[in-house]
Amino acid sequence: MGILQFTYLLHGLLWTAFLTAIGFAGGIAGGVIIALMRVSASPWLRIPAICWIGLFQGTPLLMQLFVAYFGLPLLGFNLPAWGAVAVALTANASAFLGEIWRGAIQAVPPGQSEAARALGLHARSRMIDVIMPQAFKLSLPATVGFLVQLLKGTSLAAIVGFIELTRAGTIVSNQIYKPLLVFGVVGAMYFALCWPLSLWGRRIERRMAAGLTK
Amino acid sequence: MTLDFSVVTDAWQSLLFGVLGTLFLAFSGMAIAMIIGVMGVAILRSRRALPCLLVNIFVEVVRNTPFLVQIFFIFFALPLAGIRLNSTVTAIIALGVNGGAYAIEIIRGGVESIPSGQTEAGLALGLHKHEVFRLIVLKPALRAIYPSLSSQFILLTLTTAICTSISAYELTSVGQRIVAESFRSFEVYFTLTGIYLVISLVTMWLLAAIGRKAFSYPQR
Repeated sequence: MGILQFTYLLHGLLWTAFLTAIGFAGGIAGGVIIALMRVSASPWLRIPAICWIGLFQGTPLLMQLFVAYFGLPLLGFNLPAWGAVAVALTANASAFLGEIWRGAIQAVPPGQSEAARALGLHARSRMIDVIMPQAFKLSLPATVGFLVQLLKGTSLAAIVGFIELTRAGTIVSNQIYKPLLVFGVVGAMYFALCWPLSLWGRRIERRMAAGLTK
Repeated sequence: MTLDFSVVTDAWQSLLFGVLGTLFLAFSGMAIAMIIGVMGVAILRSRRALPCLLVNIFVEVVRNTPFLVQIFFIFFALPLAGIRLNSTVTAIIALGVNGGAYAIEIIRGGVESIPSGQTEAGLALGLHKHEVFRLIVLKPALRAIYPSLSSQFILLTLTTAICTSISAYELTSVGQRIVAESFRSFEVYFTLTGIYLVISLVTMWLLAAIGRKAFSYPQR
């Protein structure tokens, strides 16, 4: 594998990072909305959120990518390939992050919101100033875990033909006929991105567990 | 733009076989994953430095790389090692290896959750040591990890869709073949999404029912 092929892979790596960033940013925005709908007292908000989460957790990400890739043009949206992939990743991330944060919001002890109510805080301020900061901390390990999952998930964009890291690997491998070397390098690149994140997530988790036993 | 689902309804038989292929991949993959999981934990419990290190490296590498890259790697590595298998068997091996790494993590957690005092208490109550293992170690450990194993199984079932990349026989590759003949990509993938949703909902419900029956206390 020459320098040319390696830079081609690096270029794919940039696209992988870019897709992950878009999906995660969009997922954070959507996830907050889904989580708040999910913990709402009104069934008109709660049930659509439950269905949204069930839909994305109960179907393969690959199918979600296919449906977005072939379905969005039918609805009149003419997106480039990365746009359709980004839409699918964003929707997927919003469902998973929404479910993670729902759990975190409900894990904040009820005494907190009762105390806030006793202090005369409104529902909005109770959620934003009291519950959400604590829920955010509780959810960090799982959120980081999902980020790793999302990063790995972007590889499926290769199957719809988008040239990110895995697709770049397939192309290079077809060129130089050294699949083991190429996919070894591609795997190592993913590992270099994901492993530090996983370690970081585990460290936060351990620190939090230590804090809880105190 | 008009939608035409007749290509899908006409192909219901191939889709049905596709579903069976998917379930077959999922079950066989999970079986291999469980074997790898139990063996991995047994090695970790042995506390020998080198084997433990190797198991830990295996777990970290598998958990931090995409399944698609893993399946490509295995797909190209096996023939070089002189092993020629068809793509469906290769896919099962890849699923087993991938699921195995997660199974090791889950089972390790379950085994560590049983304090040794529990075994001692069982023996002190006069239970036979097989009874102690079955009722006091195995059952609570299984009960503790059963929910994680269930969701891992559903994840693995959804992951089988990726095996279409090496043309293993399962639902997505059947769908892709229908698309190649009819060019009705949206209709086909929309239907497949629905089928996968039904598969995971039914599996989830079945696993929960089995869990309630098998792991409820008092023991019957």
